[in-house]
Amino acid sequence: MKTLTEHFRAGLWFENTGLVQLLGLCPLLAVTTTFVNGLGLGIATLSVLVASNALVSAVRHWILPEIRIPVYVLIIASLVTCTELVFKAWFPALDRSLGIFIPLIVTNCAIVARAEVFASRNSIGASIIDGFVMGLGFALLLITIGMFREFVAQGWLLAVLPPGAFFSLALAIAAKNAIDDRRGKQNTNVTIRETVKR
Amino acid sequence: MVDRPIMRSAATLTAIAAICAMLVASTHELTDDRIAANDKAWLEQSLRPVLAGLEFDSGLIDSRVTIPAPHALPGSDDALVYRVYNGAAPVAALFAVTARDGYSGAIRLLIGIRADGTLTGVHTLSHRETPGLGDGIDRAKSDWIEQFEGRSLADPATGGWRISRDGGEFDQLTGASVTSRAVVKAVRQTLEYFDSDDTDVFSLASDGGEQARQ
Repeated sequence: MKTLTEHFRAGLWFENTGLVQLLGLCPLLAVTTTFVNGLGLGIATLSVLVASNALVSAVRHWILPEIRIPVYVLIIASLVTCTELVFKAWFPALDRSLGIFIPLIVTNCAIVARAEVFASRNSIGASIIDGFVMGLGFALLLITIGMFREFVAQGWLLAVLPPGAFFSLALAIAAKNAIDDRRGKQNTNVTIRETVKR
Repeated sequence: MVDRPIMRSAATLTAIAAICAMLVASTHELTDDRIAANDKAWLEQSLRPVLAGLEFDSGLIDSRVTIPAPHALPGSDDALVYRVYNGAAPVAALFAVTARDGYSGAIRLLIGIRADGTLTGVHTLSHRETPGLGDGIDRAKSDWIEQFEGRSLADPATGGWRISRDGGEFDQLTGASVTSRAVVKAVRQTLEYFDSDDTDVFSLASDGGEQARQ
């Protein structure tokens, strides 16, 4: 069992959905033109991830392996529809600016990946924590890139155009790797090293 | 049972599908009224820019009429017209039309025309024009679109309904002639439609009201 700190360390940094696993890049690249959009999609993805992890974990004992993927699809699709309805009802402005990308959360592989890798093998509590932390890591990346692009676009328009999304993500990944490299040289902390290798 | 795992899988899938359907149905039930209210508020909010200075007492959605394609208005989609009345007297007609000849994608325009044929204003509902150039048609980005206010088919006369680069009387957005041209053309076309003797938008029966909620 991982401790809570290890969960956070993995989700926010060493196994970050966007930076390391490179999952869910379509929405990440498409909506991060502003801070608010990044935040909105981040929260939507986070809530779907927590709920889908919880439900998948809750039904894991009754599901035969052959039908697990259809079950994940059913659960995730329903949750995304509910999230979309909730956004339309309570955050209509945000829903309008995110448009198709809220329903498209359903195609975010990060969610089905967490269901398969984690929630189908762990207790409900642990799965909720995992969903929260993984979602938080993804949301923070969306917010950071959104802020970065919105800020840079003041002087350099390309930042909010599609190429800007690729540059920004590449910079974020490069920055993360650079930080890891420097830490790896200076820091002898064994646990960190091990996680990096994995 | 010959094949028990299959039966068991079918039963689990059915049960989970039913639970998921219930989840979605109850969320829908919970949010339905709010969503309808939001849509209505959004519509009235988005019609407001072309309602400035008008005195009216009619409901906007109840007076909506769909003009099915093909029509002489811009775009090849069905166009929506919101009629505005004061008492029984027609005050203005608001046209929601789509210009397809912009620089990138459809430009949805709202064009308000008073009963006497002058424009109350033009407003961009949605567009995908280039940020920093063509997006000047958006009121939030520049006041370019305000130059239509008070104009009519007679002001400027027919030849003047072009951007200045094409010899007309309307300024173009710098670096976005295609976008500007598309908007000017759509406004002119809508005015011509409104002015035409064959069409009287005020005499058509409404199809708004209940359907508007769909």
